[in-house]
Amino acid sequence: MMNMIKKGLPAIALTLSTQTALAMSEHPMWVGQVILDQLEVRDTDEGRVMAWELDAWYGGDFNKLYFASEGERLMAPEEDEEDPATEGAETRLAWSRALSPNWDWQLGVRRDWQPDDPNRDWASIGLQGLAPYWFEVNTHLFVGEDGLSNLRLEAEYELMFTQKLVLVPSLEANLYGKEDDELGVGKGLTDIEAGLRLRYEIRREIAPYIGVNWEKQYGDTADFTRNAGGKTEEGSVVAGIRLWF
Amino acid sequence: MNKTPFSLPRRRFVQGLALGATGLGLSLSPRQLLATQGHTGAPILSGDTFHLTLGGADVNITGKTRQATTINGIVPGPTLRWREGDTVTIKVTNLLPETSSIHWHGLLLPFQMDGVPGLSFDGIKPGETFTYQFPIVQSGTYWYHSHSGFQEQTGLYGSIIIDPKTPDPQPFDREQVIMLSDWSDEDPKHIYATLKKVSHYYNFNERTVFDTLRDFRDKGVLQTLKDRHMWNSMRMSERDLADVTGYTYTYLMNGQSPNGNWTCQFNPGERIKLRFINASAMTFFDIRIPGLDMTVVAMDGQPVKPVDFHEVRLGVAETLDVIVEPKDDRAYTLFAQSIDRSGFARGTLTPDPALSAAVPDMDEPPLLGHTEMGMGAMNHGGMNHDTGDMDHNTMNHDIGGMDHSAMNHDMGSMDHSAMAVPFATDPANPDLAPRESATQHLDSEFGPGVDMRAMAPGEMLADPGIGLRDRDWKVLTYADMETAGGPPDSLHPDREIVLHLTGNMSRYMWSFNGIPFADAKPLELYHNERVRITLVNDTMMTHPIHLHGLWSDLELGDGKLLRKHTITVKPGEKLSYLVRADALGRWAYHCHLLYHMDAGMFREVRVIAKDGSQSMPAMDHHQHGEGA
Repeated sequence: MMNMIKKGLPAIALTLSTQTALAMSEHPMWVGQVILDQLEVRDTDEGRVMAWELDAWYGGDFNKLYFASEGERLMAPEEDEEDPATEGAETRLAWSRALSPNWDWQLGVRRDWQPDDPNRDWASIGLQGLAPYWFEVNTHLFVGEDGLSNLRLEAEYELMFTQKLVLVPSLEANLYGKEDDELGVGKGLTDIEAGLRLRYEIRREIAPYIGVNWEKQYGDTADFTRNAGGKTEEGSVVAGIRLWF
Repeated sequence: MNKTPFSLPRRRFVQGLALGATGLGLSLSPRQLLATQGHTGAPILSGDTFHLTLGGADVNITGKTRQATTINGIVPGPTLRWREGDTVTIKVTNLLPETSSIHWHGLLLPFQMDGVPGLSFDGIKPGETFTYQFPIVQSGTYWYHSHSGFQEQTGLYGSIIIDPKTPDPQPFDREQVIMLSDWSDEDPKHIYATLKKVSHYYNFNERTVFDTLRDFRDKGVLQTLKDRHMWNSMRMSERDLADVTGYTYTYLMNGQSPNGNWTCQFNPGERIKLRFINASAMTFFDIRIPGLDMTVVAMDGQPVKPVDFHEVRLGVAETLDVIVEPKDDRAYTLFAQSIDRSGFARGTLTPDPALSAAVPDMDEPPLLGHTEMGMGAMNHGGMNHDTGDMDHNTMNHDIGGMDHSAMNHDMGSMDHSAMAVPFATDPANPDLAPRESATQHLDSEFGPGVDMRAMAPGEMLADPGIGLRDRDWKVLTYADMETAGGPPDSLHPDREIVLHLTGNMSRYMWSFNGIPFADAKPLELYHNERVRITLVNDTMMTHPIHLHGLWSDLELGDGKLLRKHTITVKPGEKLSYLVRADALGRWAYHCHLLYHMDAGMFREVRVIAKDGSQSMPAMDHHQHGEGA
């Protein structure tokens, strides 16, 4: 232990290589994974939108550093030059800790990036794992500035047609504890997003897919959007690729 | 499905190239290598002094050139032929860029010679030579392999034949080592990391929508949903038979891929001794020779009462000696399919090298059942058929009171149950915690690292195992074998230790009693005591458990013992074996599935003097598994 402190990272590398020499898990191996779960083009009324959802983690069996990013970007805006390219993005950084055989809990921070509107920072606590019947579930409670709160529920399922052809239904819902009038977000259920993606795993790591995505806003949020002249419901055809390494 | 299981490129991958590993090493042409090795596999080195050099060489087994680790330039390494009673000296020079080691699997020797870095010695540093020297006190078929990192996966293994002092009670005209192994073009570190990321990565036999629809049609919707309920609520797959499969593995027989068709020539009428060694990192092989009866004469090097059989599942690290007597002038296929039927190793026994025999189709991959779930074994005679239609009442069957003495009673070994065997106890060591019954689960078995616990593990010594229960022919089981010449040691234990084999499939964590090696204290045994170790498999995988340096006498009941060095425990199984702690020192005790061992299914066993004086022989400076 002393050596590790004195010599820093090279010593840690040395410790890890000793582990391989010992053929036993005295120092369990740390592993990392980057999953680009969605990198897709959505054909919407406003034009072509690129959307992404990325997860990455690094760590051991019990503790992991977790990073997530998702967002949308307008690829081919109409002639209006003022149209911002990025519609919105969010990044999360969390410490993930194994809670039970199938569940991890997470403690972290989130930042929402918005082109015009103010960015929002949140603290988050989440539960992530595999529910019975193989539903992948992600639940997060975000607590932000000015008493803002956001509860987000996500679920996903993998339906295998063959060993390589997989249909993935997904559902996401957001609830807010308090109105955020600067961003046009109401109280209560704000939006639901549902997707259905059919992917073909060329290898496990490389899987192009096609699908449909549907988003709908509810309550005051929908009113805000309507008043601003926006659409509160949008369905789109998507095509993209899922990658991990 | 069996007819054309794979598309052409995959077939080549699974079956390998025709030349297989003969392209190995040291810029020898295949022809030259054949000349060096003969056509019977690795060269045989005999005498009492040996020099082995560990190095690297390019191999081409699947069509891609890869680095293998080699012993004297070849994979598998040379066969070492020793004589019982001799003292052998083996100088091992490490030319690899990393620390290495050789462990003599199944041999009784001073622990400093056992070759486990961190326990026996420091390992052999790059460029160093380590001299092993020990007396040979046993005979039979054994093997040796690296105990460093994943070197065993990439080729550091070879066979050992020890000729007995006294004439072999089972004479033969010809003998042949049949070493089975698994080869991957992937770096083993990458395989391990992949399993940690996506544990089912290599399983291409998952249930699909169409399976469910077929079940709806065959069994009805309600019954299907009922059957699926348990699996789905436990988030387990009934098709999880092997962690690493033919997707990445090419299965080898004496270093040859299936297309290489390793061949052994014989004269009809000869008695041939085949010495099977499962030297794979992760693969259970189901071995048969269509058209030929086999007679088992030894297991793990130890003579057993001969039994005729047709097929056997050989666990990783186990060895099995059989006699075959082909009388006809025809070729026979040696067929060894992996437990999950994702590939096979194959060779030919023939009177004429030009002849070969048909290669059987692989079976359909079997499905795990309630037995594997630890919900109660249903057979005591290997007669049970597939478990899929077992009803759910059995699941709720409470057998909390099934304690160990009851088990002994079932096994009919009256002398055991008559004795009160003290359970091991040490407040500081959870592995030694007393339990009300063998099926009681310790607190340490509840946590993120353990995803299931067997509720009603059963005695399954006579169970041929999943996928072999419906055979029309005789499948050899542990219950069929008994060490020749009666019990080799006392039937009476002084103490009992219960260990549960535990894990979490999806997190790819493996452990004993829910405690991985990194957090475990050594198991301490007193010198010369007789300990009963009871293993309960709480996982859905089969684990070959290997104790170094000491014999493991498997209790078959009725006072029968089967002396072994590696004991395979099936999912949902509970079994016991007796260990005479007659060798002081620090010994490794672990699952012989390479990636399970590395993930934590490993313990140090210390044999210490009971009075505490001179508690251990001189040890190196490493201190493992204690605190820190």
